[in-house]
Amino acid sequence: MLTVLIDYDSGNLHSAEKAFQRMAAEVGGGEVIVTDRPDDVARADRIVLPGDGAFPACREALMARDGLFEAIREGAVERAKPFMGICVGMQMMATVGREYRDTDGFGWVAGEVVKITPSDASLKVPHMGWNNLVLEAQHPVLEGVETGDHAYFVHSYHMVVEQSSSRLAHVDYGGDVTAIVATQNMIGLQFHPEKSQEAGLRMIANFLTWKP
Amino acid sequence: MLKTRIIPCLDVADGRVVKGVNFVDLIDAGDPVESAKAYDAAGADELCFLDIHATHENRGTMFDLATRTAEQCFMPLTIGGGVRTPEDVRDLLLAGADKVSFNSAAVADPDVVARAADRFGSQCIVVAIDAKTVSPGKWEIFTHGGRRETGIDAVEFAKTVVAKGAGEILLTSMDRDGTRAGFNLPLTRAISDAVSVPVIASGGVGNLDHLVEGVTEGGASAVLAASIFHFGDYTIREAKEHMAAAGIPMRLS
Repeated sequence: MLTVLIDYDSGNLHSAEKAFQRMAAEVGGGEVIVTDRPDDVARADRIVLPGDGAFPACREALMARDGLFEAIREGAVERAKPFMGICVGMQMMATVGREYRDTDGFGWVAGEVVKITPSDASLKVPHMGWNNLVLEAQHPVLEGVETGDHAYFVHSYHMVVEQSSSRLAHVDYGGDVTAIVATQNMIGLQFHPEKSQEAGLRMIANFLTWKP
Repeated sequence: MLKTRIIPCLDVADGRVVKGVNFVDLIDAGDPVESAKAYDAAGADELCFLDIHATHENRGTMFDLATRTAEQCFMPLTIGGGVRTPEDVRDLLLAGADKVSFNSAAVADPDVVARAADRFGSQCIVVAIDAKTVSPGKWEIFTHGGRRETGIDAVEFAKTVVAKGAGEILLTSMDRDGTRAGFNLPLTRAISDAVSVPVIASGGVGNLDHLVEGVTEGGASAVLAASIFHFGDYTIREAKEHMAAAGIPMRLS
């Protein structure tokens, strides 16, 4: 079993790597590597796409790597391997991102990524820190996770989904902010599971044993 | 609902904690990673390492610390001290930091904040502002550990660096730092009201009511403290319960 964390020079993969490796060791999840090589992605059993920074910059950096996105798409869409997007990696699963300018997403989850606009003007953006999840649906990756569990967020934009069935969880920040989306073999987390202590590690462990 | 964060800060020199952390059960109270693990287990919301005499020669020790901490603590880590260029930010992020804090370098050249934020995203760029009261209702930036006056207005500077892309402000009141007399609340409120991004209040915490005031009166999104936790005066849990009892949303589970 091989899980790849996609490295396209977007942020800190070290802690994600360590968190996935630790949970893989606990649940017998096999090998976890950080890579930017399409051939590694092609032979992987699970694909994780992290992402920090602005939507257009992340997409550009990913697409700039020869064959990398094609390998991800083939694995996640055609071969239906378990896929997890984290933060901007999750946002890019949407149809379109509105950060700075309109940028095409992968179109895997119908929706758009828009600026967070809390109804209470005293709430700061970015939405930074620990917020408690409100689960809207059950999912194998959320096994053992409950409404009220905290996750660590750092973001100014979030995904508004077209079909409510593709959203699994939100948090309250002067209105609903999308926290988790899913469709078939894909799940997207707006927060950082590798920074979210117990609940985050549990979701990582569940993902590593998920058989969609 | 978003919770107010409590952030213990460890001053580090040459890879060792300067003020030892007075926790029971620590094998090596001077090892920042041991302290970080203890704070992780205690429910701290984030951690901050500040390299207090960062030099070119000892930068490797901070990278090593970041790496070892990230391997063992699955919580957010901010590192500051001696950060001058976007390459410094990149090196620390790759080593395992989640956020990197500029201080003097941002005062000397606020555009370094923009260069770093454009490249790595605002979410990981913190600007640490050290300010002193120069007259009632007026605060100025001081650098080099509060020794060097710059004549720059703290509120204006905060607005500038946020416009350049800072994702968070770590505000230390130099007239309160080390006094245990409480945060400089008017300063904290002035900065917090002036910027759209979260402000971390720092400098002067002596008791748990000070933490409460930083949020309720100062408008801070997070509170940073060192001595009251390191010396074992209060636990993170006691601080959280005290703040929760005062009506502040805290992460208690």
